[in-house]
Amino acid sequence: MGLLKLFLRNAFRHKLRTGLTVLGITIAILAFGMLRTMVNAWYAGVEASSANRLVIRNAISLVFPLPLAYKDKIRQVSGVTLVSWGNWFGGVYIEEKNFFPNFAVDPRSFLALYPEYLIPDPQKAAFFGDRKGAVVGKKLADKFGWKVGDTVTLKGTIFPGNWEFTVRGIYRGKDRSVDETQFFFHWEYLDETMKKTAPRRAGQVGYYIIGIANPNLAGEVSAAIDAAFKNSLAETLTETEKAFQMSFVSMTEAILIAIQLVSIVIIVIIMAVVANTMAMTARERIGEYAVFKTLGFGGWFIAGLIFGESLFISLLGTAIGIGLTFPAAEAFADYLGTYFPIFFVERETVLMDLAAGVLVGVVAALFPTWRAVNIRIAEGLRRIG
Amino acid sequence: MRVPVSYSFRNLWTRRLTTILTAAGMALVVFVFAAILMLAEGLQKTLVETGSWDNVVLIRKGSQSEVQSGIERLQASILETQPEVAVGADGRRVLAKEVVVLISLPRRGTDKPSNVIIRGIGDQSMAMRPQVRLTEGRMPRRGSAEILAGASVAQRFSGAGIGETLRFGMRDWTVVGIFDAGSTGFSSEIWGDADQLMQTFRRQAYSSVIFRLSDPSAFDAFKARVESDPRLTVEAKRETRFYADQSEVMAKFLRILGMSLTIIFSLGAVIGAMITMYAAVANRTAEIGTLRALGFQRRSILAAFLVESLLLGLIGGAAGLFFASFLQLFTISTLNFQTFSELAFSFTLTAGIVWQALLFSLVMGFVGGVLPALRASRMKIVDALRTT
Repeated sequence: MGLLKLFLRNAFRHKLRTGLTVLGITIAILAFGMLRTMVNAWYAGVEASSANRLVIRNAISLVFPLPLAYKDKIRQVSGVTLVSWGNWFGGVYIEEKNFFPNFAVDPRSFLALYPEYLIPDPQKAAFFGDRKGAVVGKKLADKFGWKVGDTVTLKGTIFPGNWEFTVRGIYRGKDRSVDETQFFFHWEYLDETMKKTAPRRAGQVGYYIIGIANPNLAGEVSAAIDAAFKNSLAETLTETEKAFQMSFVSMTEAILIAIQLVSIVIIVIIMAVVANTMAMTARERIGEYAVFKTLGFGGWFIAGLIFGESLFISLLGTAIGIGLTFPAAEAFADYLGTYFPIFFVERETVLMDLAAGVLVGVVAALFPTWRAVNIRIAEGLRRIG
Repeated sequence: MRVPVSYSFRNLWTRRLTTILTAAGMALVVFVFAAILMLAEGLQKTLVETGSWDNVVLIRKGSQSEVQSGIERLQASILETQPEVAVGADGRRVLAKEVVVLISLPRRGTDKPSNVIIRGIGDQSMAMRPQVRLTEGRMPRRGSAEILAGASVAQRFSGAGIGETLRFGMRDWTVVGIFDAGSTGFSSEIWGDADQLMQTFRRQAYSSVIFRLSDPSAFDAFKARVESDPRLTVEAKRETRFYADQSEVMAKFLRILGMSLTIIFSLGAVIGAMITMYAAVANRTAEIGTLRALGFQRRSILAAFLVESLLLGLIGGAAGLFFASFLQLFTISTLNFQTFSELAFSFTLTAGIVWQALLFSLVMGFVGGVLPALRASRMKIVDALRTT
């Protein structure tokens, strides 16, 4: 108990210096936590994917469509329970900066395949019944103030023209990892319009999503599907939803690596700052340590003093930093929700914050301790300031 | 009477460990600051140089990139006969009808595929882009399954090197040449014969029409006329503008991310400098008293401590820049959110960035040092001398 009091007293001997150091750590931990959360947000799509779903796309690349006729052939492959299909629509709401993902989907099979999108039954029925109907995520509806029954017009970028939809339902996610900023509408509406305006592009789907009975057989099912369409005009590439989402992440790997590097660099910077503080503190108190030694206290006691103080300062900063991360993350999610629809602080991030705090405290104390423990008493007493 | 600069310098030297730790913190910040500016500069350079001022790109109205666009053959023919299209030395129009699609290719070394732009070119495509040079091999023959690979594609994707083959669209394509387009976006593309590629991908429409203006100033009039022509559903942009627009989101993202990081980092470094300088002042109270007693004025003391702090910043800044300059050896390749394809660009260091980084480090040193220096200069001689 006495030792703890000594840490406190020692730590606040230089109030300004300790205050500045704690502030520095707070900022660093806050930044570290935000960057880790951002990396997690990057992987949100991967985390949200289900092992029971496979994605089938054109083998050349995502921009090439697959014929709708494939759906019956896919259904015949053993192990497939449900077949759904859709198109990335890429529509723009009023102006480009209002970006949100919008898809044309086959409503019944889509909602059966994605039980994590929760829609009240009457809204669901209304959506199924209206060919120009759409369901939107809760966050998206809140952002633009859409209510059930509102008309929304999207400007097509891939499919030209102005497209009118009526909001028939608002979905909520089953948990926090579900993206609530998406917009889904009837694939039929897209196809019927294409038949009229660009017949060559009708009957084409962007991707198939299938449900499989046994996730362990994903490899076999994928191989069977791809084999069925080998050497056709539109060869397929089937992969698990996770692998599909992961392919997007790996394409932006360079940015991701940069963010991860930066989050480490910031800890190194703050380590230098705290180490500096501790080095100065220890240097000023060399005389006192010599007195302790004269009184018969051992090297361990002095080491404990320095480590205790260093850890106290760094953990205090860490605690404040963690406390601030939560409101900061919320503000960030409000502000940049279009880039990162899923943005919340995970428990893992908090643990990593704590680990970083301890690491900074320990590393900062190492060198001063070594000096204080090794200095000879006479030399220490002789030193001034 | 002024305190000599060597006094400040030797003070830093005496407290080497503290100086190194503080300067290291600043060096890291300047490193990050410079890296971000270099990245933004590299991206900008890549995209600005990709386009030419007197070239015009036409894509379908409403589409944001060439990949999304489609221009029917009939419309392309109408555009070909416009009077603004320049006529080349051989008497032919300097215009290319191109088809642009994405294919996903595995990267060398890993299995992870990434999207690459494959561009079907016409006879004039090469002539219209003077920055593109054939460095190895030869041009593909018309009507054959031969392609050219951009230098950075050839390096990074398996099967894209000269003499190798790529398989897509049920055919094997031989890479017969490598072209170098400097630091432009074209280096991240594969080029082949437009007609061959359209047949392979079963495309009936071109993606874009590109031509050179016979009179560069005629663009506005041309744009107004073409965009209101009822036979056409196209949008005209100068090529430079077109490529700048394509990276807007990306550039904005990098800028926001980079600037917020720099601000956070510099806060950390300023705090570090402040701690160091406060400690320096506190340690030298008696010394300051002596200096004052000797007749040095408050102003001189203030200046001496500020110079010390600025020196600290400068050392950090120089070290940070030194390490940042090695970044020029690296090339970043990442997905451009807007075109959905890989784009390679490198860190570019310019004299402007060097100045900005050094200035930034001096500002950090100044902000960190000004309060402690004020404290030092405000000390009363008697009080300062009394402390041991």
